[in-house]
Amino acid sequence: MSRSMQFVEALVLPVLALTGALLAFGLFVVGTGRDPVQAWGLLFLGAFGDAFSIQNTLQRAAPLMLTALCVALPARAGLTVIGGEGALVAGALACAALPYLMPLPQGAGGTLLVLVASALAGAGWIALAGWLRQWRGVNETISSLLLAYLAINLFKHVVEGPMRDPASLNKPSTLPLDESIRIGSMGTMDVHWGLVWGLAACVAAFIWLSFTTHGLATRIVGGNRRAAGLIGLPSTALILTACALGGAAAGLAGGIEVAAVHTAANASVIVGLGYTGILVSFVARHHPLAIIPVAILLGGFGAAGSMLQRRMGLPDASVHVLLGFAFVLVLAAECWRGRLRLPRWLSARAALPVPAREGA
Amino acid sequence: MSLEALSPDAWGAVVVAVLGGAIRVGTPFLFVSLGECITEKSGRINLGLEGVLVFSAMAAFGASWLTGSPWLGVLAAAVSGALLALVHGLLCSLTRVNDLAMGIAVMMLGIGLAFFLGKPLIQPQAPMLAPIALGEWSESSAVRAALSINPLFPVGVLLALGLTWALATTRWGLTVRLVGDSSDAARAMGMPLQGTRIVATTLGGAIAGLGGACLSLYYPGSWNESLSSGQGLIAVALVIFARWRPVACLWAALLFGGAGALGPALQSVGVTGYTYLFNAVPYALTLLILVLTCSPHRSLRGAPGELSVQR
Repeated sequence: MSRSMQFVEALVLPVLALTGALLAFGLFVVGTGRDPVQAWGLLFLGAFGDAFSIQNTLQRAAPLMLTALCVALPARAGLTVIGGEGALVAGALACAALPYLMPLPQGAGGTLLVLVASALAGAGWIALAGWLRQWRGVNETISSLLLAYLAINLFKHVVEGPMRDPASLNKPSTLPLDESIRIGSMGTMDVHWGLVWGLAACVAAFIWLSFTTHGLATRIVGGNRRAAGLIGLPSTALILTACALGGAAAGLAGGIEVAAVHTAANASVIVGLGYTGILVSFVARHHPLAIIPVAILLGGFGAAGSMLQRRMGLPDASVHVLLGFAFVLVLAAECWRGRLRLPRWLSARAALPVPAREGA
Repeated sequence: MSLEALSPDAWGAVVVAVLGGAIRVGTPFLFVSLGECITEKSGRINLGLEGVLVFSAMAAFGASWLTGSPWLGVLAAAVSGALLALVHGLLCSLTRVNDLAMGIAVMMLGIGLAFFLGKPLIQPQAPMLAPIALGEWSESSAVRAALSINPLFPVGVLLALGLTWALATTRWGLTVRLVGDSSDAARAMGMPLQGTRIVATTLGGAIAGLGGACLSLYYPGSWNESLSSGQGLIAVALVIFARWRPVACLWAALLFGGAGALGPALQSVGVTGYTYLFNAVPYALTLLILVLTCSPHRSLRGAPGELSVQR
């Protein structure tokens, strides 16, 4: 019974928060002298209105699933890591750099190699933040963000310097990936295979956390460090694994963006997918399966942004405002957790540890 | 050109430019770190100051453009920074709300609002703050450039001294420090716990807002969407480096200003190709300082006991 209450609550609170965000956004649109109903309508039309927009939405949702895992997995181990953008950028760079370092096989083998390189780069980047915390007590929220800025500068240095394709004049890029290595579309749909990678990663993360001993141990560390120590769990190893897995997901997102969308590493990769992933993970309460629908919804809002811009003349930052409201309200809604009606004896049992409120 | 090829004269120019840049680039750091310092003294962290910085920079530029007076822009920056921080302070007072995560949310909201409302401000030219010229005595234009000082810098220095005094000796300062060190003790004394934190957070936002005014009204002195790249976050780490002492924030801000000015200074004497690596120096330096000063075994000397970055 308490489990089902928890489930209802985990569904109701984010939905209320997102509704509140849409209302707040509507008020904001009214403030600019425009029609909020039209804005809401366009948000959903632009996201899910026709086959084209649905494909666009799914395309945008794929990397968000992966960058959200970069927040969710460390969060389940008790860490607030928000530097997924850094892992994504490191992954994108690794994907583009591998062909410079070694000859790659044609076709699927080459694709797999560049994606493994991306995942490894991302894993190392976030594991570094986890390691700094375990080794020196450096707050991982701050260090992962600093690492993200470092990654972005390193990326720009390499892309505009040593690895620059001399043919890319206006927009510095690396040499494009060999055509056979690129990730293509799925059948006749205009959605690339990255979506499958994203879905698979979320399902795999769910299985790991829910059905394996290692995943259970990770959640114990995230829920109560002292209890984990008492039963002899290797906290540091578990935390580093969770960070590395999360980082690998975000790194993979970067690799897929390069291999499927941009074909080379350039500034188009750095558009804040890592930051939107933070929001996705918090709305999904760091649950890998819940990440899938949330990523699709927020990816859809992102896809609708250009429609708001075209039809209503709203600035392209409109979606940022909407997502900002959503993030603030989702966190504020935490204060209602365990207070949604129902007899107290029911909700008291529902108050199991959830790492979202676990500061640093 | 590479570093080895620089003449001694060019090195001199670089040193002068870095020293001058320490103040020019460091002033925003100073204000944000003072704002973060006062917030954290009350036991709460505000990662949203990055959003405050961007939002208030936009507000400062917009107000200066609309009214024609840069000082009204400064006022607008302080007020808008205070408002955004007030949101953070109020929401963090709700039960179960994590201040680190809320800070990130406020950062994203502040940046989103700034980009939205600031769209019409990217083209126009707003009146800038006039520099205080201290270098008139010199023949060298490099020295004169280095010694023309942001008029808000002296304000920041006075603020650092004033905050040190207020925290050490006033009734309010004592309340803030007690609330930040032990909420149990403060509660036992009947002090207004959440009220004090909300006031400290709001005040911190107002101070950080002045840093935003420095960005848009002095240096770089325009409004665009890449105005700030994490200065607000670096400032959070600066406060740890400064061990929560306002005057130490001043020195830390100057150090980071110098580090941030290194890239442009080298570029001005013809060293190119390393721009992004030099831009990365402040982040690397911040990380290095955190690694050197933090410890997994004890909380830092001077750290407010209620702070959630301290485990």
